[in-house]
Amino acid sequence: MTADHHTPLLSVEALSVHYATDGGETCAVRDVSFRIEPGETVAIVGESGSGKSQSMIAAMGLLPHNGRATGRIAFRGDDLLRLNPQALRTLRGAEISMIFQEPMTSLDPLYRIGEQIMEPILRHRRVGRRAARARALEMLRQVHMPDPERQMRAYPHELSGGQRQRVMIAMALANNPSLLIADEPTTALDVTIQAEIIALIAELQRKNGMGVIFITHDLGLVRHIADRVYVMHRGEVVETGTVGAIFERPQHPYTRALLDAAPRGRKIPVAADAEPLLTARGLRVSFSTGRRRIEVLHGLDLTVRQGETLGIVGESGSGKSTLARAILRLVDAEGEISFEGQRLDGLSPRALRPFRSRIQVVFQDPFGALSPHMTAGQIVTEGLRVHRPAQSARDRDEQAVLALREVGLPPETRHRYIHEFSGGQRQRIAIARALILKPRLLILDEPTSALDRMVQKQVIDLLRDLQQRHGMSYVFVSHDLAAVRAVADRVLVMKDGTLVEEGPVDQVLSAPDAAYTRALIAAAFMDVA
Amino acid sequence: MTEIPVSAPAPVPADTEGQARSFWAKAWQRLRKNSLAMGSLVYLCLMVLACTFGPMLVPNSYDKIFQGYTRVPASLSAYPRPEMIGPAIEAAAGRARLDLVDWAQTGDRVTAHLQSTRGVDPRAARYFDRSDMLENSTLDPTSQTEAVLTARIERHHFLFGTDATGRDLLARTLIAGRISLSIGFLAGLVAMVIGVLYGAISGFAGGRVDQIMMRIVDVLYSLPFIFFVIMLVVFFGRNFLLMFVAVGAVLWLDMARIVRGQTLSLRRREFVAAAEALGVSWFQILFRHIVPNLLGPVIVFMTLLVPNVIILESFLSYLGFGVQEPMSSWGILIAQGARAMPSAIWMLIFPSLFLTSTLFALNFLGDGLRDALDPRDA
Amino acid sequence: MLRYAFWRMMTAVPTLFVVVTLSFFMIRIAPGGPFDQERALDPVIRANLERTYHLDLPLVQQYGIYLKNLLHGDLGPSFTMPEFSVAELLHAGLPVSIRIGGLALLLALILGGAMGVIAALYRDGWADRAVVGFATAGSTIPTFVVAPLFQLVFALGLNWLPVGGWNDGAFHNLIGPVICLMLPQLAVVARLMRSSMIEALHTHHIRTARAMGLSEAAVVGRHALRSALLPVVSYAGPAAAALMTGSVVVETVFSIPGIGRYFVDAALNRDYTVVMGAVVVLAVFTILFNLIVDIAYTLVDPRVRYD
Repeated sequence: MTADHHTPLLSVEALSVHYATDGGETCAVRDVSFRIEPGETVAIVGESGSGKSQSMIAAMGLLPHNGRATGRIAFRGDDLLRLNPQALRTLRGAEISMIFQEPMTSLDPLYRIGEQIMEPILRHRRVGRRAARARALEMLRQVHMPDPERQMRAYPHELSGGQRQRVMIAMALANNPSLLIADEPTTALDVTIQAEIIALIAELQRKNGMGVIFITHDLGLVRHIADRVYVMHRGEVVETGTVGAIFERPQHPYTRALLDAAPRGRKIPVAADAEPLLTARGLRVSFSTGRRRIEVLHGLDLTVRQGETLGIVGESGSGKSTLARAILRLVDAEGEISFEGQRLDGLSPRALRPFRSRIQVVFQDPFGALSPHMTAGQIVTEGLRVHRPAQSARDRDEQAVLALREVGLPPETRHRYIHEFSGGQRQRIAIARALILKPRLLILDEPTSALDRMVQKQVIDLLRDLQQRHGMSYVFVSHDLAAVRAVADRVLVMKDGTLVEEGPVDQVLSAPDAAYTRALIAAAFMDVA
Repeated sequence: MTEIPVSAPAPVPADTEGQARSFWAKAWQRLRKNSLAMGSLVYLCLMVLACTFGPMLVPNSYDKIFQGYTRVPASLSAYPRPEMIGPAIEAAAGRARLDLVDWAQTGDRVTAHLQSTRGVDPRAARYFDRSDMLENSTLDPTSQTEAVLTARIERHHFLFGTDATGRDLLARTLIAGRISLSIGFLAGLVAMVIGVLYGAISGFAGGRVDQIMMRIVDVLYSLPFIFFVIMLVVFFGRNFLLMFVAVGAVLWLDMARIVRGQTLSLRRREFVAAAEALGVSWFQILFRHIVPNLLGPVIVFMTLLVPNVIILESFLSYLGFGVQEPMSSWGILIAQGARAMPSAIWMLIFPSLFLTSTLFALNFLGDGLRDALDPRDA
Repeated sequence: MLRYAFWRMMTAVPTLFVVVTLSFFMIRIAPGGPFDQERALDPVIRANLERTYHLDLPLVQQYGIYLKNLLHGDLGPSFTMPEFSVAELLHAGLPVSIRIGGLALLLALILGGAMGVIAALYRDGWADRAVVGFATAGSTIPTFVVAPLFQLVFALGLNWLPVGGWNDGAFHNLIGPVICLMLPQLAVVARLMRSSMIEALHTHHIRTARAMGLSEAAVVGRHALRSALLPVVSYAGPAAAALMTGSVVVETVFSIPGIGRYFVDAALNRDYTVVMGAVVVLAVFTILFNLIVDIAYTLVDPRVRYD
């Protein structure tokens, strides 16, 4: 940085953020410096826990009461950390605005949309209610809210997630701020909506000429909108540069890992004459809520062959997880399910038990899928207790060691309780629990979605490796198209409980037939301008 | 592509103690750090010990009536007080139809000269023994109409004073504590067993069964609560054993709701689905996965329930629906104390102190357990 | 909204019916009767009395008669105080209980609410500690301990207040009972308000409001307080029903002629009709206040809709 006379829009110098906790002070951000010029878009990229949000929350003066920030955050030369609360409040929402990750909860549920957009306008401008209302309406139009007149009177719960995020943006930009901080604004949204919101932010940035700080864990997301990138890891900035430089010549191993984190490679295809392992015909699932019955799966067919991986993709609410549970007979379903030529539907839980060891499952949430209060060893061997009741404790223990080793965990971990493991490690334990029974079919219900990008890749590598070694078939349920492309032979696209499209993974992902699939792919691989 | 160092699995957390600690071990460790909760635990243990063994150790029995000492104030020194002896001898002499001429005290002994125109029968000494202040009385006639009484002064300690009928309040407070605490814990246990069973079945069965079972709870909730208890007590009679059944049978409703909610949410957790997919039977799922996870909330709620039961029992006793004399409970003693105001404050103060300090200790212990078992902020 | 209120009233009828039925049979199954006094009544008089009050009929028939009378608003005569009807007793006692209970609840809501908000805003500060300590004490020490002690200190010791009595609801006579009735409620409201306010201050939409530079008064008053009020509103309904239908302890200690005392005396003396009358009043109050709370809830929270 040269010592010229211009002041950057925001410059952060030697910022550290500490939290006072029961176990002493922990450091969330350590000695971080960056800057942003007027009209520039800067991305701060890092995984959860990297401190990327903390620095901006500190800049806004929004740290919780046990947080403490040191260093200097200068906005047009004024140090925000030393500004009195009153002066800081006049900047917030007027000069600096912020939008957040959680669109579902970031709006006050008790007030109408119009009211909430008007509030910062009335606070920061000397205008009457009529003018504020007009401005709020104008902002709703700018964020392309359908039927803005009516939505002014709506309550947040009446809007979808994407619409709420539009309202947040309208609110944040109502006073023409010169800096917008967007903290993971699309993470909680479906992929197709994500793309729209990013396009909207880019459009408004161009129109208003404001600076944008875009905080995200997804490096791919910012490729098309950011000018410069800061990569953060464990509270420190590890690399910085222009988007082009970062993507083409990453220097730091962590940045390289992040860029590489999207799972690559392809599965070795199965033989064309492989026998079908599982077939399902006309699967229907409905739930009753009160007096009404709602059908969430409207008659689906699928076939999984020996050694094959069937990918099932779709957005949240598409019924793909319900389909997985229906195959496992964890939810009641109508229709036929055959496994190795035998009908599973209609079997009593007792008659079903022998099949349980051959069809296993790994769930999405590594924190919810393992019983707390149990050791890793107890969890991994639970299936053995059911299916090999005669086995001695020692044999069981030996098998637990083998299974844990196979998923890359040292044997002594079997004596540890589950709360001592990280998310990725827990997912490995869940895989070990399924593997120990030597299943023929493994249902993977979003096995990587709750994990960090880097860990995701490791888990996918592990799954591919295990499949090759044991010749299992997978049903891989995911909303993550990159992951599906890396592991699946064939893919099934779902929307609203029905099949949209089905075919070999390369064909569906490179030349999709259905418009919905195209939208999904466009959004996922960020081919939007 | 070469292996990137950061992509290696993160190291398994090293345990500082060198061994894996279970959920319960960690909870106990957290509780031990909470000095208020630990202090309360010690206090409660002492209280339970005092109420269990205290009545056997204190010098006076809880139902012994000292007619000479009605409503005497709490005192560290022994009774009788010097000014009480004269009137006591006079009263006893009156009952024996004798006239007191004079009396004198030397140390623990008293000698008195008595006379009667009808003659003195040495057997009249029993009238003096009967008074709670004298013992080993002998009446030696010195002439036809006169006699000398020699007696020892009976010493009694009433650390908490006595009640309106002259019973030792310390003994009564301790025996009352026995009733209040045992009803508290037993009725708490009854409420817990009913509540946990009902709630777990309702939550685990789900669907229509759950709806019907919860509807029944709703109706029971809308019943006037106190009325319900009073009716039960009236119906069962004033019986100590049935009293706690009555109290426990009413207080299970909250427990049932809590357990049902917990069971419902546990059932939806993926580890239950995973166990089901492993082929684990429902019975095993209930005992290996659901019950251990219910234990925490149930224990926490128990610590809220027990003080509630004690308050309810005391309240019922206060109203006169509780155990019968000469048995007592803290509520009865407080009611008697309130009636004896303002002349006999100690009758109100001591039982109140015992009751409230126990309730406070239970509360603090409950808070500590909640923090230890549900470390949300940690 | 009106339709909802009407529908709620309709669903209250079965609940009321169940309460009345259960209560009726429970009290009748209980051993003893209103004319079992220490000295046995003359059999002829007793038979006459029982005939007058239909106690000689089979239980189911008595129940039918009671229900029929109840539908006409007739709660029957008191057995142990034959000169009064149950309606007259309630008419005398209920206004007293409502006045004390209503005042206590109102004060508890206002003071407890304010204490809870202050504690939440200055969390872990001395004000918070004081409020939490007070709330713990208030909800731990039972009323039957507080009330006599209050009397001991303020009436007998300091001589500031009368020991008891109603005195047509004179201000001095109200202070003691209202404070003793209020304290435990105050403790609950303060605790509830504090925890829901702390929760509200941690919500994402409060962070949004702060990020938009709204003044602290607007953040706390407009956004946090309104969400935080919801749990307090739902608590207030059942509490109002319980408070306004009389507190036995407070009415006994302060010698106040409310319905709580009638009820307990009646239960002890097996005065069936008076007990049933009190039960009906309590049930009606509970249903009514729950309805009011539900309607109040829709006014505060737009997510709740009853159509």
